[in-house]
Amino acid sequence: MPTFTLQINKKEYKADVAADTPLLWILRDHLSLVGAKFGCGIAECGACTVLLDGKAIRACVYPVSKIKPGQKITSIEGLSENGDHPLQLAWDEVDVPQCGYCQSGQIMTAASLFNSNPKPTDEEIDEAMHDNICRCGAYHRIREAVQLARTKI
Amino acid sequence: MDTLNKTSRRDFIKISSITGGGLLLGFSWFNAEAATPEIINTANFAGELSFNSYLSIAADGTITIFSPNPELGQNIMTSFPMIVAEELDADWTKVKAVQAPLDKKYDRQLTGGSGAIPHSWKRLRTAGATARYLLIAAAAKRWNVDAAECTTINSMVMHSKSGKQLGYGELAEEASKIAMPADVPFKNRKDFKLIGKPVKNVENKKIVTGKGMFGLDFYREGMVMAMIQRPPAFGTKIKSVDAADAKAMPGIIDVVTFKNNVAIVGKSTWEIMKARTAVKVEYEKDGNIESTEDHNKIFADLLNSDKATVRRKDGDVETAFKNAAKIVTSEYQCPFVPHNPMEPMNFFAHVRPDGVELVGPTQTPGSARTAVSKLLNVPEEKITLEITRLGGGFGRRLKFDYVVEAAELSSIIQKPVKVIWTREDDMMGGSYRPAARYRFEAALDAQGNLIGYKLRGAGINLGNATREDNFPSGAVDNLLIDSVEHISPVTTGAWRAPVTNFLGFAEQSFIDEVALAAGKDPVQFRLELLQKARTKPTGAIKYSIDRMETLIKEAAEKSGWGKKSGVAQGFSIYFSHASYVAQVCEVVMNGKVPVVKKIIAVSDCGEVVNKSGALQQVMGGIVDGYGTAMYGKLTFKDGVPEQNNFDQYRLIRMKEIPEIEAHFVDNGIDPTGLGEPALPPTGGAVANAIFKATGIRLKNQPFVDDAAFSKLLKGY
Repeated sequence: MPTFTLQINKKEYKADVAADTPLLWILRDHLSLVGAKFGCGIAECGACTVLLDGKAIRACVYPVSKIKPGQKITSIEGLSENGDHPLQLAWDEVDVPQCGYCQSGQIMTAASLFNSNPKPTDEEIDEAMHDNICRCGAYHRIREAVQLARTKI
Repeated sequence: MDTLNKTSRRDFIKISSITGGGLLLGFSWFNAEAATPEIINTANFAGELSFNSYLSIAADGTITIFSPNPELGQNIMTSFPMIVAEELDADWTKVKAVQAPLDKKYDRQLTGGSGAIPHSWKRLRTAGATARYLLIAAAAKRWNVDAAECTTINSMVMHSKSGKQLGYGELAEEASKIAMPADVPFKNRKDFKLIGKPVKNVENKKIVTGKGMFGLDFYREGMVMAMIQRPPAFGTKIKSVDAADAKAMPGIIDVVTFKNNVAIVGKSTWEIMKARTAVKVEYEKDGNIESTEDHNKIFADLLNSDKATVRRKDGDVETAFKNAAKIVTSEYQCPFVPHNPMEPMNFFAHVRPDGVELVGPTQTPGSARTAVSKLLNVPEEKITLEITRLGGGFGRRLKFDYVVEAAELSSIIQKPVKVIWTREDDMMGGSYRPAARYRFEAALDAQGNLIGYKLRGAGINLGNATREDNFPSGAVDNLLIDSVEHISPVTTGAWRAPVTNFLGFAEQSFIDEVALAAGKDPVQFRLELLQKARTKPTGAIKYSIDRMETLIKEAAEKSGWGKKSGVAQGFSIYFSHASYVAQVCEVVMNGKVPVVKKIIAVSDCGEVVNKSGALQQVMGGIVDGYGTAMYGKLTFKDGVPEQNNFDQYRLIRMKEIPEIEAHFVDNGIDPTGLGEPALPPTGGAVANAIFKATGIRLKNQPFVDDAAFSKLLKGY
């Protein structure tokens, strides 16, 4: 099996896995980084969202072989040192989570939005967050938290 | 709810010393049958604590409150401790909430039926108030003052005359030696500092930093993983299995067949997923193979069947319908829907020679353990079950098939194993909200009075598809409610607000139809019916007429019912799980397109424990009720579900949610649950508003499948 060297959350990891292994399972099974969740396996729900060079990808369908050397992966565990990224603080402030399962994917999707567009409009926020499912229906607060974090980025 | 009053204090306090620095009070009142309080063996306290206690106060002032009920997003891990902390006058920042593992000492250790809060309200208050009493007594004793002169605030006992004060941690040891009080008074609700306020979820920090807390995140050194191939069609069984190729694939440990399961056991998820595609399984018929078309025909037969079970009969409906000036008849139908919690089913099991260890997400840990005990013939005392946080439940995890399956597999392969379901497994794995069809008939006299009412509920594996004592029962002299079911191999189960999740929509839509036929305003019509139930009741009435009436008026007022122009309003009110929720939906026309703009909800769940959590439950319930009514359906072709992932099964997403304005009635009645009650009224409010705006009466879910409505949504 090939060995892949990955830059994740500012650390270097090596994984001996098949080339088609989705990044999600490397994070979860091999590196014990379980913040990115398995929800659908077909890039429909967004629970597995992580950043690749700052841009949101769906880790459940992203094969490790597609990751180029030197590309930086950020998972929820690496979003901030102390859990104090404006999005994380806003999520607590607005008291967003119900079951909480989808929330790391929601936060990473919003983080990606801010990376490409630090002051998104309300419509742009809705557009970006529309692709992430929250089965508990916490959408109002997810929206509110992203809007709150927008003022602090 | 009142068992505590009967069993009183004898069963719920345990007092003990803690080894290695400090003392604590331990409470365990959840078992109403417990014997005389016992002193916990100090040497084993750490172990005992997690199994026996509910509340502890350590020497450093840390207050640990164990939450026995599984947490799936209903926020019980926050609201339970809040109730204790309120009566205890605890410093909330020093309160630590911990998920208790399964233990028989807790009764009703399950999540379902919106029942946790009403069940535990008095018990939790008693625990907090008793601990507070003991701490005050300890302080008074130490200071040699009258306990009545002492007050508490923020985890401190104060004696204002002398200016003395001591923290709870400093008093815990002495408090543990004080005699138990005969009874303790509760706080006046006017003095509540936490209850009724918005308090943040105690697990937010862990959630937003991606800590492993869900079942799927669980890892144990030496464990293997597995996926299970189950029959794709309901009504089939395994004929043959060829797993030779799969067994040879990298990372695969074994492929084993048991019952109708083919388990692919391996070292990593992806290797298992790949090997799974190489397993060749043939299936054969093992029962009825049904399609959605068959179900539709079955419903037509059931509605005309003479084998229905009468659920309620008041007066003489036949005569009432014979004498009617006007008869309104309408039918409503809902499809099967899966629960789709975001975290797919999973469970860890380790069957060892000396016992069984189970870890994972379940709404019914006690029943799961009993089932595993029976299957493996291992006494329950030798089975531990650790409850992880649940990534949603919606009723799916009331069933424990996936727990038993994991235990059985572990016993076969003799290894610790975590069984993981994919989304497809989850959506095709059954236990759905059953499909149902209702026929309503109403008889009106010449003055538009409702003189007769008939409801036939037909369901698939639904048992009683009705709620025969709900409104408008009691308000109609002549009434007949019956139900009839078809037994299908498609497995079904409780889905958030069982039965009422659809019946609420159908009934509240029908009442709107009847009001229209009677020439009356829908709000006024409901109030008249309640007035009739109050002055001339018929049969048993199990809802509160006063609470319903107050709520209807409140919702009408808050929404400006009938006073807004350019907005079509739809009204709905439903009583379920002991709580009342009224909703007004507002639809505006954007050209030809009806837009569901806003839903105004007023809830009466008695005392609101956590304002933030309560709002989440109401808003989430409405979003769920609305999304499912609009889009939710699972159909079958030859026994196979036709939707198996989110690309085919439509869940509501951000841009589709209406604005929600949620209010609560402030009546100080003991609290009832909120996990479910906000969902049942939503479909009716929406459908009634859409009717008002467009003249289209939506009778079948999902709404987007209605041809006329769907055309409008597309703008033509």
